[in-house]
Formats: sequence, C-alpha cells, structure tokens
Amino acid sequence: MALFFIAPVLIGFGIFYLYPAIRGFWWSLTDYSLLAEPEFIGLENYANVLQDPEFWNSMAVTFAYVLINVGSQTIIALVLAALMHRLTRSVVLRTTLLLPWLVPNVTVALIWLWLLDTNLGFINKVIESMGLDAVGFFTNPSFTIPTISLINTWAYVGYTALLFYAGMLQIPQDTYEAAAIDGAGEFRTFFRITLPLLRPILALVLVVSLIGSFQIFDTIAVTTKGGPVNASRVIYYYIYQQAFTYFDMGYAATMAILLVLILGVLTFIQLRLLRASESQIA
Amino acid sequence: MTTTALPPVQLEPAPAEPPRPPRGSGRRLTPARLIGWTILVFALVATLFPFYWMVKSALTPAADIIGDAGNLWPTNPTMVNFARVLGLLSAEETRAAGGSGASINFALYVWNSIVYCALIGFFQTLFCAMGGYAFARLRFRGREFLFGLLIAALMVPGIFTLLPNFVLVRDLGLLNTVWGMVAPSLLMTPFALFFLRQFFLNIPRDVEEAAMIDGAGKIRIFWRVVLPMSQGPLITIGLITVVWAWKDYLWPLLIGRDESVRTVTVALGVYLQQSPNTQPDWTGLMAASTLSVIPVALLLVFLGRRIVESLNFTGIK
Repeated sequence: MALFFIAPVLIGFGIFYLYPAIRGFWWSLTDYSLLAEPEFIGLENYANVLQDPEFWNSMAVTFAYVLINVGSQTIIALVLAALMHRLTRSVVLRTTLLLPWLVPNVTVALIWLWLLDTNLGFINKVIESMGLDAVGFFTNPSFTIPTISLINTWAYVGYTALLFYAGMLQIPQDTYEAAAIDGAGEFRTFFRITLPLLRPILALVLVVSLIGSFQIFDTIAVTTKGGPVNASRVIYYYIYQQAFTYFDMGYAATMAILLVLILGVLTFIQLRLLRASESQIA
Repeated sequence: MTTTALPPVQLEPAPAEPPRPPRGSGRRLTPARLIGWTILVFALVATLFPFYWMVKSALTPAADIIGDAGNLWPTNPTMVNFARVLGLLSAEETRAAGGSGASINFALYVWNSIVYCALIGFFQTLFCAMGGYAFARLRFRGREFLFGLLIAALMVPGIFTLLPNFVLVRDLGLLNTVWGMVAPSLLMTPFALFFLRQFFLNIPRDVEEAAMIDGAGKIRIFWRVVLPMSQGPLITIGLITVVWAWKDYLWPLLIGRDESVRTVTVALGVYLQQSPNTQPDWTGLMAASTLSVIPVALLLVFLGRRIVESLNFTGIK
C-alpha cells in the first residue's frame, strides 16, 4: 500500500539523484570524454585537479564572489527586516521587495548588463554626468566579481529580508515591551534582543544562502562567460566548460565531488559556529 | 497585546495575525523613524528602478538608443520591439527596426516555458504530496532511513547530478524533447517532498480516522479527504516549483537548445549572442526581458500575499 504512494518519488530519486551520484563518482575515477567509454584511471583526476592552477583560481574567484554576495546580502537583509519589523506590516512593500527573486537570473543579468553598459548604460551616464570616467563594470577584471556579486545581492536581498522578517515575528512581543520599559534604544534592542533571538534562523538562512551562492552560474554565463581572462570564471562555470566545451567528464565530475565536499564542510562549520539547533526562544 | 503599557480607555481591536509594530510612540515621526522610512523607500526605488528601465528601453526605438540613453522616458515611444521579438514582423521589417533579421519568436519561447513549468509544477506537487503523505502517515519498513536518504540530496549541489543526468537523457534519445527537459524534476525534488511531509505531520489525524472508521481505504482517504484539506500548502509549493522552473537556465540550455522546445531564459541567452554588431540589440533584448518578467509579475500581483506568507515556513522549517 505504502509502495503506491512512494513509488513515483522513489523512482524519481533513484533515476535522477542516486544513480547519477554513483555514476558521477565512478566517472571521477575514469578518463571519460563523452565520446568513448569511461576508462578507469584511479585517482589521477583528483591529483590533476589539485595541481591545476585554473581550479584553484576558480575556487578563489568563487570564494570572493560568495564573500561579497552573502556578506552584503545578509547585512542589508537584516537591516531591511528589522526596519519592517519595527515600522510596518505592509504586504505591498514585502511583495515588491520579492519581485527580483521571482525573475530569472538570466533576465536580471541582462537588465544589469544594460544598466551598467560602458557606453550607453544609465549608471555610466550618471557617473559621466558627475564629471567622472565611465566604469567598465564587466570589462575591468577587478570590477567583474564585485559587480556580479552585487547584482545577485540585488536579486536575492528582498527574499532574504522576508525570511529574517518571518523569524523576527516569532520573537515574543513582551521581550520588546520589557526592553522599552528598561529604556533600551532601538540599536541596543536590535543587538541585544533581535539578533541573539534570531540566531537559529540566521544560521539556517546563512547556510542556504551560502550553498546557493556557491552555485553561481547563470549570471556569469550571460554576462562575462568567465572573462575577462578568467577573472570571473567561478567553479560552476569551470566545471561546465570542462564537461561541455572540452568534453572531459571525468575531470568535471571530480571537481563536482570536491565542491560537494567543500560545501559539506562549510555547512558543518557554520552550523557549529552559530549553534543553530539551540534556540533561545524557549 | 498585553495591557500593561496601554492607556486605560484605548479600545484596540484584536491584533491581526502579524502583530502591529510595537512601541508606544505610535505614528509620531521621530528622526529615527524618518531615517528608517527613508531607507525602506530607497530600497523600494532600488528594487523597482531596474524594471522601470527595462520597460523604458523596450519602448525606445532602436534608432533612439543612443539619444535616449540618459532620458527617463523615450522621445518616441513605440511597441515595435515587442512586435519583432514576438515574431510578428517580417525579416526585413525586423532589420529596419534594429534586429539582426534572424528568426526570433518569443511567443513560442514563452509558451515553451509555460508548458515546462506547468508539467513540472503539477506532477512534482502531486507525486511529492503522495510521497510526503506516506512518509508522514503510513508505517512501513525502512521509512526513516529512506526519508533520510532522500533529504540528504537537499545538500548536494545540482551540478553533481546534472552531468550524469545529461548523459542519461542523451543516451535515451530525449535531447531537445519536452520530456527530456522535465524528466529530472517531474517526479520529485527533495525540497517539495520535505515541505509537504512537514505539513502532513502537522495536520490533525481526527478527520482521517473518522474516514477510516467509515471504511474508506488509504488511497480514497488521500484523494477525498487529505488533498482537499491541503489546498493551501499544495498551491504554495506548486507556485514555488513553478517559479523555480521559470528561472531554470542551465538544464534547459543543455537539453533544449532546439528552437521548438527553447525556453525563455535559453532564448534570451541565444538572443544576446545573435546580436548583429558589437553593440547588443538592447531595445529588442529589453522587450524580450519584459516578456520574461510579465508572467511572474502577474503571479505576484494575484498571489503575492500567499507567496509572501508562505515564506514564513518554507525557508525555515
């Protein structure tokens, strides 16, 4: 009887999650060009990846992206959530803030590619009207990653803010009333009450943001294709290139596995640091 | 609301679901509140302006793209960019309006995306509801172990399974077919399964037990009692699934390059590359981008409250 209910889910999981996971692991131990059959080569791919400066470069680029993206997104979202929590319950405001999250990353990338265009982009028109030189947001290697990070902060900050806001609504009102009676100001209340009591949700949202942020692909694929000179070639894009430009599936699968490991370790550390399971709301 | 700090005669209505913002200071505009509101209004403008600019550029004739680059409204607004990206004009007319003359038919791509999203949204929700119900309510051997295994997949980045899945779909001869594109998401995602199981765990058992006493079987109870009762969460998870599918890029890019199945996101990427000269065809691109935003914007207008309120538990539980 139960089989009837879980059969579709189990079949879907078996074919499209479990089987590819095993297959991907097997490929990482082989030389597999997509055209010929995989050929077992032991740990050679792992040795090669770990000695590949391009791999380390893509990891460094990805870390820079994640740091700027998750950092800015979390801070801005916390501020917006706290302001909404203290000032308004407007559904219209919340709905509007959510709009960029609903729009495809590809569209977001195109809109900003146009707004930040060196010659005709509106932002550069504004910069030029202030008497400054136009900025090559996507063409100057030192600007590409910060630019793309902040574009995705724009796209996801509203969503993140709403998650924090939902968490803040769970904090009991009397805590705030008590703080007000004690004469605590808004800043003090935020740092002494809101932030500590939000910790479990903060931890979960951070983990989810981090995992999502590591998987940045769409924006890069549309705007810079990893350029200029690999300045924005993140790990996802490098894996994609190895698999579908150079047809080196074994190598791509190896990097994918290393990415899984890195994310696993980071998640574990983060949850430990923020002690997510311990809620201070009784 | 507790009565402690309230003036005695004030008659407040019972607090609505989310309690009103606290603080006795009420509506008075203190400097702190003014700064707070300024930041919120700024956030609102920063959220909306890029969309405004997209629409404005879509309404600008290609010939005015340089002249209007710094203007907040097109000098000669036109719908011609929408007409040409929807494939309504001949190749010559398209070239005259600033396009490359390559065939472009966003009416088809939007339709492809709608089919893609609808199939995934419907079937994934249905199957995950069945699975979620079984994991929440039915007793069978290995239940906890299986559920743990399925949920572990939540943590695995998509690219890990994406490479073998691509090869699988290719070997099955399903490249450039709708079924190849929807296959990996049609039956389940760990997220939808987890979400619906959590929901079924929390609904009271009484109703099901009453139906069981009446002699209804498990399947009948599920169809006749549990599903109708769960409309809210089902619509919510269906909506979220549809939105995610609408945003999909990498998978449809790999599987559905052919024009007959090309989705909006893939088509936008192709369009950017087809641009005639060094300068992309911005007015056409912005018209096409607008078409990719309209469906989700409509969703937000009609179902915004439901989506916003669903975030209370989706992201967290």
